[in-house]
Amino acid sequence: MKAAAFAYARATSVVNALELLAVHGDKAKVLSGGQSLMPAMNLRLLSPEIVVDIGGLAELRGIAMRGGVLVVGALTRHVDLLRSPEIALHAPLLRDAVSHVAHPAIRNRGTIGGSLAHADPASELPACVVALDATIVARGPTGERRIAATKFFKGIFETALSSDELLVAIEVPVTGQGSTFFFQEYARRHGDYAVVGLAALAVVAAGRFSDLRLGFFAVGDRPLLAAAAGKLVNACVNRGLLAEAAAALTNELDPPEDQQATAAMRRHLATVLLRRCVADLLARPELATGVTK
Amino acid sequence: MTVTRAAADTLSVLDRPNSYIGKTVPRPNLDRLLQGRGQYVSDLELPRMVHAVFLRSPYAHARIVAIDADAARRMSGVIAIVTGRELEAVITPWVGVLLHLKGLKSAPQHAIAVDRVCWQGEAVAAVVATSRAAAEDAMEQIAVDYEELEAVTNMRTALDPATPVIHASLGDNLAFERTLDAGDVDHALSESEVVEAEFVFGRHTGVTLEPRAVVADWNAAEARLTIYQGTQAPHMVQNIAALHLGLREAQVRVVCKDVGGSFGIKVHIYADEMATYALSKLLRRPVKFVADRIESFNTDIHARDHRCRGRIGVRPDGTITAFEIDDLTGIGPYSMYPRTSAIEANQVVNLVGGPYVTPNYRARARVVFQNKNVMCQYRAVGHPIACSVTEGLVDLAAAKIGMDPVEIRRRNLIADDGYPCASPSGMKFEQLSHHASLAKLLQMMDYDALRAEQAALRAQNVYRGIGIASFIEVTNPSAAFYGVGGAKISSQDGVAVRLDAQGSVICQTSITEQGQGSESLTAQIVGSVLGVSMDRVRVTLGDTDNTPYGGGTWASRGAGIGGEAALQAAKVLRRNILDVAAAILQSTPAGLDIVDNRIVNADDGVSRIELNELARIVYFRPDTLPPGIQPELMATRHFVPRQYPFAFTNGVQASWLEVDTETGFVTLLKHWVVEDCGTIINPQLVDEQIRGGVVQGLGAALFEKCVYDERGQLTNANMADYLVPMSGEMPDIEIGHVVSPTLESELGAKGAGEAGTAGAAAAVANAVNDALRPFGATITEIPLTPQVILTALGRI
Repeated sequence: MKAAAFAYARATSVVNALELLAVHGDKAKVLSGGQSLMPAMNLRLLSPEIVVDIGGLAELRGIAMRGGVLVVGALTRHVDLLRSPEIALHAPLLRDAVSHVAHPAIRNRGTIGGSLAHADPASELPACVVALDATIVARGPTGERRIAATKFFKGIFETALSSDELLVAIEVPVTGQGSTFFFQEYARRHGDYAVVGLAALAVVAAGRFSDLRLGFFAVGDRPLLAAAAGKLVNACVNRGLLAEAAAALTNELDPPEDQQATAAMRRHLATVLLRRCVADLLARPELATGVTK
Repeated sequence: MTVTRAAADTLSVLDRPNSYIGKTVPRPNLDRLLQGRGQYVSDLELPRMVHAVFLRSPYAHARIVAIDADAARRMSGVIAIVTGRELEAVITPWVGVLLHLKGLKSAPQHAIAVDRVCWQGEAVAAVVATSRAAAEDAMEQIAVDYEELEAVTNMRTALDPATPVIHASLGDNLAFERTLDAGDVDHALSESEVVEAEFVFGRHTGVTLEPRAVVADWNAAEARLTIYQGTQAPHMVQNIAALHLGLREAQVRVVCKDVGGSFGIKVHIYADEMATYALSKLLRRPVKFVADRIESFNTDIHARDHRCRGRIGVRPDGTITAFEIDDLTGIGPYSMYPRTSAIEANQVVNLVGGPYVTPNYRARARVVFQNKNVMCQYRAVGHPIACSVTEGLVDLAAAKIGMDPVEIRRRNLIADDGYPCASPSGMKFEQLSHHASLAKLLQMMDYDALRAEQAALRAQNVYRGIGIASFIEVTNPSAAFYGVGGAKISSQDGVAVRLDAQGSVICQTSITEQGQGSESLTAQIVGSVLGVSMDRVRVTLGDTDNTPYGGGTWASRGAGIGGEAALQAAKVLRRNILDVAAAILQSTPAGLDIVDNRIVNADDGVSRIELNELARIVYFRPDTLPPGIQPELMATRHFVPRQYPFAFTNGVQASWLEVDTETGFVTLLKHWVVEDCGTIINPQLVDEQIRGGVVQGLGAALFEKCVYDERGQLTNANMADYLVPMSGEMPDIEIGHVVSPTLESELGAKGAGEAGTAGAAAAVANAVNDALRPFGATITEIPLTPQVILTALGRI
């Protein structure tokens, strides 16, 4: 389990990193926190010719409010998301989600930009940015472009980034009055990739959803913003309607089968999560249980 | 702590003033390990040392047509590329059978495969290079032409006539079969309610923190091979390396310093380790092999791949009338060397029904070959299978007649005053304490209150369960385990103790240390018996040149066997010291004692002479001693159990858990163990042994499984997909003790290493079924994954 030989360049600036990517194209891999890249290289699943280390780029760090938008630098580590007062205030969904990501040693190194660019469909942060309706900021040789999180994820380990682009920041719209959130995942052990997970953002007024964004993960090749949520918005939610939404969700999902769960089990767990999420967000515990006995 | 036997009238050697026995004292090796000064083989560097990696078969069963290593040989840093055919000239093949396992058969196994590979992961060639990375680079350039053969993967069809025979010379795929018929099972069952179930166990493995590691150093000038290896049995390795390399044992030295976990994984002889010894001899330089994690999953022994059909007979009054089992296990393509792969199934037959008085017992166990990684003895060999089957059946019987699981056990466990006695399978029990242990367990867990809580929560759709599992545990094995079958695996151990010139003690023991605390317990015993403080006792272990001959540390034998040897050696040294002291002090040995590093009067405790002063006189001024006195400040003693083949221990475990019946996820809330290992030398070491064992059992219950596909590919050979138990999911584990010392030794210690693993999975499975009782679902398969539970509940 030793990586094949590779060249290494430590970028001195974003511009320098982009120059390196322009020269090496898809023969290069960007090293951020290294928590997915290094194991893959040691297993020789990936053998890039050159690793472009962006770890020293201070300009990619930090969390700041800019005009009603929370800007999170790509190099912001999981542990920073967990501890940041700005995140706790304006995007607490991220804080809750990060506590489910792996273990402290990994959270101390892993970055949000790295996680999003890696685009593992079973990981937490991609679903969060979809639920939060965030924007991914990418910089390339021709300048900067903004990509809606809902358009960013293209498949397993595939994103809208091209090989000469660098993910530099995430812009999260600040949630307003009545906004609430829910995060839960089912994993075999704490810190494992989820069998099924849900990152949800909602606006609740007078016991009804005026907005509901359900970001499911580990249910397909990318995070899924469930259309079934629409059935519950601006409606009086009861068991019947919830069952309808669950049925719609089931049809919407095309989950993979792996060693932890069959597709049928993932569909089932997604509906359990849906019910528990709605019960929690509406503070109506009686909606949480489906059939018993 | 409950003591079931009265102490002797006089103080024993263990109860002396300043005794360390029964006390939690820090392990002497802690600072060394915590300050990064451990001596792990993985870290060892020798001059001119090169690194071996093994190209391993991607197929479960294939003929090797051709190996083209020309390109790889020309690569930078490559020293040699060696095939099985080439290595055959240096090391002979072996067959993993033992005489006392009648009918056991296996085929010759080579250090590196010759002509044919029989499991995915079997080595096909060795690449030796100046670094591991360079060797891996070269390995990628070796082209092997394989002709894939049909793989035998399903143990249920391994014996079918249509299934290919893996080793044609053996005639069939049956490695071993044992049957047993005690009492009158048919008659007993005909007059009872009969409950039947098939118990299915996931194949799993030990996952040591430090993988298997070896450095072999052939010194041509001395014609000697030094093997640095993380092993539990240095003298066994010495014997076998010598045997297959054509050397005398005196030409092989095995050094085993710190080991990052063993759990039975490192008590075997592995083909790649044998190949590394041979490569060193071939290349005349030190060769290092450290398995990486994927290799560990593919080649460290697996265990517990069993399907066991069980039947139990029960009367309405709760009397268990009979047990019957039909066990099937698949062990891979070879019986492992030299302990064989039949021991696990043999233990299952030995242990089922063991805690109970039931005299009627019938068993069949069949051990079959398959094209998967080899299986062999892993911590608590056979115990978890036997305990899960027995305790699962007992709970099913209780449910059948509507009796509380505790009550049915009370009515059938062997009475605490019923010893000595024997089980239907012939196991001899000296003194067990099932009832005292159960009583203590119920008190620790507050059983009645838990039942009330369980009932109250059910009304709120919260489903919790209580599971109980009584068990017996094999420890302190005599020659009956391996020696009688012809294996050169010593069942005796030796300890040498000597007083140095400043009154400190040097102690050499043949038991080994892999984290159990062998070093600590040896120092505790020697210090206590001699009257010397522990910081003056230095323990050396793990070196065949520098310790007495012995078995090592496995099967929970270190404390009971090695500890007794230490006690006896220290007693002799003490007597020798007092003889000299009496001569110096013009007293009598009986009038003197050693307390706190000095000679004192036995009656009034007045200090007479420091041990360092006595040592000074003996070593530097013997001319001042009276004529005729020849001090012997070194003593060696050996010990082996002879009266009982095994020192059985017993205990009982309980699990309290919650099942989310919508998601199938299990949350472990609490776990209790009461265990009777006889004399406890260091309570903390014993408790942590048990906790560690429980965690391995909980891993089996909920998480661990080697997943093979139908072509014999191990599909989860990494730490992300093979789920080891982690602290986040572990409950608090509370330990209690009952103490029934063995009278076969003065120390009275039995083992405690298997207890936790033996019963944990059974307790959890029973608790899950207890939680699911309102749904009418019963599961007799582990690991109890959410997928398994949801399926049983009909949710998916």
